[in-house]
Amino acid sequence: MNVTLGILVLSILSENFVLSQFLGICPFLGVSKKLNTAVGMSLAVIFVMVLATAVTYPLYAYVLEPHGMAYLQTIAFILIIAALVQLVELVLKKYLPALYRALGIYLPLITTNCAVLGVTLLHFTKGYTYPQALVNAFGSGVGFLVAMVLFAGVRERMEECEIPKFLQGLPITLIAAALVSLSFMGFSGIANGLLGA
Amino acid sequence: MNNRYTKELTKGLLAENPVLRLCLGTCPTLAITTSLKNGLGMGAAATVVLLCSNVVISLLRRVIPDKVRIPAYITVIAGFVTLVQMVVQAYLPAVYDALGIYLPLIVVNCIILGRAEAFASKNPVLLSAADGLGMGLGFTLTLAVMGAVRELLGAGTIFGLPVLHTPMLIFIMAPGGFFVFGLLIAAANALAARLGRKPAQKSGCAGCPAAHECAGECQTGGNDQ
Repeated sequence: MNVTLGILVLSILSENFVLSQFLGICPFLGVSKKLNTAVGMSLAVIFVMVLATAVTYPLYAYVLEPHGMAYLQTIAFILIIAALVQLVELVLKKYLPALYRALGIYLPLITTNCAVLGVTLLHFTKGYTYPQALVNAFGSGVGFLVAMVLFAGVRERMEECEIPKFLQGLPITLIAAALVSLSFMGFSGIANGLLGA
Repeated sequence: MNNRYTKELTKGLLAENPVLRLCLGTCPTLAITTSLKNGLGMGAAATVVLLCSNVVISLLRRVIPDKVRIPAYITVIAGFVTLVQMVVQAYLPAVYDALGIYLPLIVVNCIILGRAEAFASKNPVLLSAADGLGMGLGFTLTLAVMGAVRELLGAGTIFGLPVLHTPMLIFIMAPGGFFVFGLLIAAANALAARLGRKPAQKSGCAGCPAAHECAGECQTGGNDQ
């Protein structure tokens, strides 16, 4: 139980996908200006991350690796994620139109999002089991949500500030991200305590 | 005609620098530039993939049906990334370990897909090769500058040789990456303004090949102004 909790804390806070691993920076900078789009995008990311892990983990562990085809990992994973996203889009459109309207527009974006491919690859470098991988995928998605929501708030405040001309636009956004990232470093000890390391 | 090739080769360095001007490929730029060596390694790997995928996609541009072009491009790119991954693992194991999962993640680097969509799918082979090489060099240059600045300030070394006595560790950690990148974009904007060009106002999303599919959310939700 403690290990599960540890993985969750690790993936949400101390090894936050956006702020400490630099995965999914494009949507983090691009879609974080408005709170509602930030939340919509993050929910879609959580959904696809868990789903992608659920499919790719067994594929690698039971098909690719035992048959000596581990080198196909990258190409197989990206194709599966792309196909999966298309499939989810079709299913949602037909059976859950309300959910489709909320998340649908973000789905095509997520196919080429490095956070999703990154999470499916990271499980293996970290040596997680299947249930642990699913927890990690969920936690990473939630971490993305937390970072997006926090940052949307920071950017809203920034709108009202007078910013020196040479820092306007992207530079000040990145410097703000640096400060948010700095505050997340404060969480680094928590997960180690939980994991008993 | 010669002029055209020179133009495609050099535009990536500043005028259309993929990272600083088009704001693409931000994830590896932030993640692996903890040292000059890593920056150069990542830049070289991405340049090889960019050059090869641009050539192949340009050759296939009349064969690939429009509707499935994005999956087709991704497959071509993933193939080359796997090749590069195997070569690096075999001959440069230290670089392979340093780059970690960012090496396979070149597949989803929007610079590569973006060049395939914006250039290689519409232009002849040699011109696409020049474009790929130019963009790759621009990417490498940016990563090298970022890596050098962060290594110098964060570890006090350049290429592993000691230079400063009191390094500021924060620069090779995550916040330092965001900070140095922000200042580097500000510097590139200032340089561009001096040359009479507009600052980079687009955020990563607007240059993303999937931008037109996400109902304009990115463009409006994108960067200031």
